[in-house]
Amino acid sequence: MNAAALLPELIIGLGAIALMLVAAFLRRPSVVTHWAGILLLVAAAVALVGAPQNAGVLFGGMWAADAFAAFGKVIIFLSAAVAIVMAHGWFERDQEHGAEYPVLILFSALGASVMVSANDLMMLYVGLELQSLSSYVLASYRRHDERSAEAGLKYFVLGALASGILLYGISLLYGFAGTTGFAGLASAFAGPNGSSLGLLFGLVFTLSGLAFKISAVPFHMWTPDVYEGAPTPVAAFFAAGQKAAAILLATRVCLEPMGPATQNWQQIVIFAALASIVLGAVAAYGQNNIKRLLAYSSINNVGFALVGLAAGGRAGAEAVLIYIAVYVVMTLGAFLCVLRMRDADGRPVESLQSLSGLSQTRPALALALAMFMFSLAGIPPLFGFWPKLMVFQAAVGAGLQWVALAAAALTVVGAYYYLKVIKIMYFDAPAEPYAPARSGLETALIALTALLISPVGYFLINPLSTAAANAASVF
Amino acid sequence: MSFPILSVMIALPLLAALGCLFLNANGARWLALGATLALFVLGLVLWGSYQVGGPQWQFMERVSLGTPYLNWNLGIDGVALMLIELSVFLMPICIGASWRAIDKRVPEYMAAFLLMEALMLGVFMAQDLLLFYIFFEAGLIPMYLIIGIWGGVERIKAAYKFFLYTLLGSVLMLIAMLVMIGQAGTGDIPTLMAFNFAPGLQYWLWLAFFASFAVKMPMWPVHTWLPDAHVQAPTAGSVILAGVLLKMGGYGFIRFSLPMFPDASAQLTPLVFGLSSVAIVYTSLVALVQADMKKLIAYSSVAHMAFVTFGLFAFNRQGIEGALIVMLSHGLVSGALFLCVGVIYDRMHTREIAKYGGLADNMPGYALLFLLFTMASVGLPGTSGFVGEFLAMMGTYKVSTWGAIFATTGIILGAAYMLYLYWRISYGAARTAEAKAMVDLDRREWLLLAPIAAVVLWMGVYPESFLAPMRADVGRLLTRLERVTPAGDSRPTSGNPEATKNHLALLDAGEAHR
Repeated sequence: MNAAALLPELIIGLGAIALMLVAAFLRRPSVVTHWAGILLLVAAAVALVGAPQNAGVLFGGMWAADAFAAFGKVIIFLSAAVAIVMAHGWFERDQEHGAEYPVLILFSALGASVMVSANDLMMLYVGLELQSLSSYVLASYRRHDERSAEAGLKYFVLGALASGILLYGISLLYGFAGTTGFAGLASAFAGPNGSSLGLLFGLVFTLSGLAFKISAVPFHMWTPDVYEGAPTPVAAFFAAGQKAAAILLATRVCLEPMGPATQNWQQIVIFAALASIVLGAVAAYGQNNIKRLLAYSSINNVGFALVGLAAGGRAGAEAVLIYIAVYVVMTLGAFLCVLRMRDADGRPVESLQSLSGLSQTRPALALALAMFMFSLAGIPPLFGFWPKLMVFQAAVGAGLQWVALAAAALTVVGAYYYLKVIKIMYFDAPAEPYAPARSGLETALIALTALLISPVGYFLINPLSTAAANAASVF
Repeated sequence: MSFPILSVMIALPLLAALGCLFLNANGARWLALGATLALFVLGLVLWGSYQVGGPQWQFMERVSLGTPYLNWNLGIDGVALMLIELSVFLMPICIGASWRAIDKRVPEYMAAFLLMEALMLGVFMAQDLLLFYIFFEAGLIPMYLIIGIWGGVERIKAAYKFFLYTLLGSVLMLIAMLVMIGQAGTGDIPTLMAFNFAPGLQYWLWLAFFASFAVKMPMWPVHTWLPDAHVQAPTAGSVILAGVLLKMGGYGFIRFSLPMFPDASAQLTPLVFGLSSVAIVYTSLVALVQADMKKLIAYSSVAHMAFVTFGLFAFNRQGIEGALIVMLSHGLVSGALFLCVGVIYDRMHTREIAKYGGLADNMPGYALLFLLFTMASVGLPGTSGFVGEFLAMMGTYKVSTWGAIFATTGIILGAAYMLYLYWRISYGAARTAEAKAMVDLDRREWLLLAPIAAVVLWMGVYPESFLAPMRADVGRLLTRLERVTPAGDSRPTSGNPEATKNHLALLDAGEAHR
């Protein structure tokens, strides 16, 4: 047994339990747990370095400690850390920043980390549920706020349904393949009965359950409501870390156990991809709430990531990884800007109208948000263009030119509402100014994320591509 | 030459744009003017050190970003050189034109213009397919802001229309680029210009590129964004839009469509000719009935750009050289016309033609320059417009009589709408008291318009200065196209050699003197 390969998970898991105990004995637990949580996540990210993280399949085929998982975990841990940083400034004034928040984020990150390392359907389910249960609580964290409670309940009910669908799929796969291990499933799909009705049903149900988690159309309905209702830092974590974990999990499931059945899932993924892009673009137009808008933007972006997945193979996985890495940076940056939207009394505001004329009242913030919007839309020279390009490249390389063409044409539809945000900030007359910024750390994070997605980001192409290629080489 | 002059020319405006954001209004104005003038000087240095008849690609720079797809590859040929000169020449004029006209959010305005300049230069310098795309697309952002923030009443609609129209064309091109990189294994433009794609594939690639360039050009029927954008944009924005951005479409045809997809280009020439014919006649007629000066000039741009497409797809030297000169000339002339509109707009704040009249009385200097640019737009011999349009039509006539007929119609209609415009504005009696009270050009306006007038005359009298750097490149393009050049539809007869011989013999014998 190679415990070193589990080091990041051990740090987070044991650390989270210890934090819960410590918090019970402290007078002001929130500050301590806050920083301890960040420290644990950074430590876990550092623990990802080293040979044991490339140890391959461990624990009787349950656990994959490979570069692919490590790539995902870096994203998950860092975005979880950012979610804790964001929470500090968000909850303080409301007197509800309890010690539980970082602990829940830690458990959620742990679950996400198990998801990307899962090499067995059971492990997958355990990770997914750990992650989801923490998320349900996080979504309703402001339990006195009706919207937050509604978000949590909605998320829980729909999430439970999705888990049921997923479990049903898993049981079908187990019944027809006789195993839950990814390697065994792959040989079952490659075998003579690979296209049997039972396996196909299992595949469809499993993918549907995962589609819920990544909020791909037609399983996206919860996303806008949950993002709107959940506290902003939580929504940021959902949109970034959690989504990254789910997409990487879906990638692994599609390419490893279902790799031989690529023909069977490809059309499903293509449909989900294009439908997500269309719906994410069209439905976002009528939104007047910035968080709902970002929710639709995340649906839209998931669609593009799925275009890369549809390409399949190593090139597809590489494109997905690059896409997710850049997407997470853009999303976190955008949510960090949303945190800044507070009226003079410090209450958070979420309407798009409140952004009016931001370029005149807060030019730097407006510039940063404009950059995130253009980047999410995939307009060069911002770095958000590069992952879209890689995804299209993968699709073209796999002979899916028409999918790439359709997705590219649909970026124009999506660009419309990103432009709307910029129009409000730059063209409209100034509205009431926001309260001044309070946290220097948040400002630094906004500046850092903005810098990363600026044209400066193109200097990162080489390391990013190398890391992604290395991670994708496990397939 | 080891000095990376091209990178410096891209970096300088970027740095100046950044600097503008930290200055007050006047500081930003002077910084922008200084930076654009410095770039103009650099542009002249570039022209001076460009070796006419030297290697095809000069001032090459190669920096690898570590990916097979995208690299910092710069380099220019004669065509790019001339368009770069056009950009750096117009830019200080734009800054000058905005000196007083723009009084809100000046630092951002200047920054947007400088960013625009860096991106335009990047488009003409890029030698990597995706690098070109990035510059090409990125230009939408500053232009969107320029129209949207500093534009007229309907600016928001115009800004959206401009952005989304152009984006839709471009994304199709992006996918085609990816296919090309997949086929050729490289995104290096000089390599691709010599790469032979399968004819069947060329057809689709050509159409994808056409979608982008036709919108940018703009060609009928995808020109509808242009009148809106022009009318709503501030004066300097219109100048850059007409002067340089539209040229990117023509540049794209020369750089990509023709050399990379010669078979498809030949195959689809009827499409281009058809659209151009409609464009010339239809948009000229539309221009004739406009009540808004800027809209009239915008429609005339569409008509003039049709000469470019005619000339380019004539596949002969006259046509292509003519198209290039039309591009340069139109950049100057339409830019100058927009400036002329701006001059009187700054005084009366209306673009309605019916509000003016009789300006020749109280604004003689203005009437003179406006007349010159009107004539250049019409194509009067001695101005730049004549050279380009004549060559382009000659080239067209060699391959298509019908094309030439429509093109000529365009010239007649062009004279009609431009002279009608000039008549209504400059002659007769002033229709409003304000128009009568307007004062003539001040020194700043003279400084803006006189250099353009000088270059327009220079290009009209001695176009060789501008044709010389491009001649070798046109030659290379023609060699590349030789295989597919269509036979003309003119049927020259061999005449009557016998009669001529007899006549000459008679002359020799001195019979004619009897």
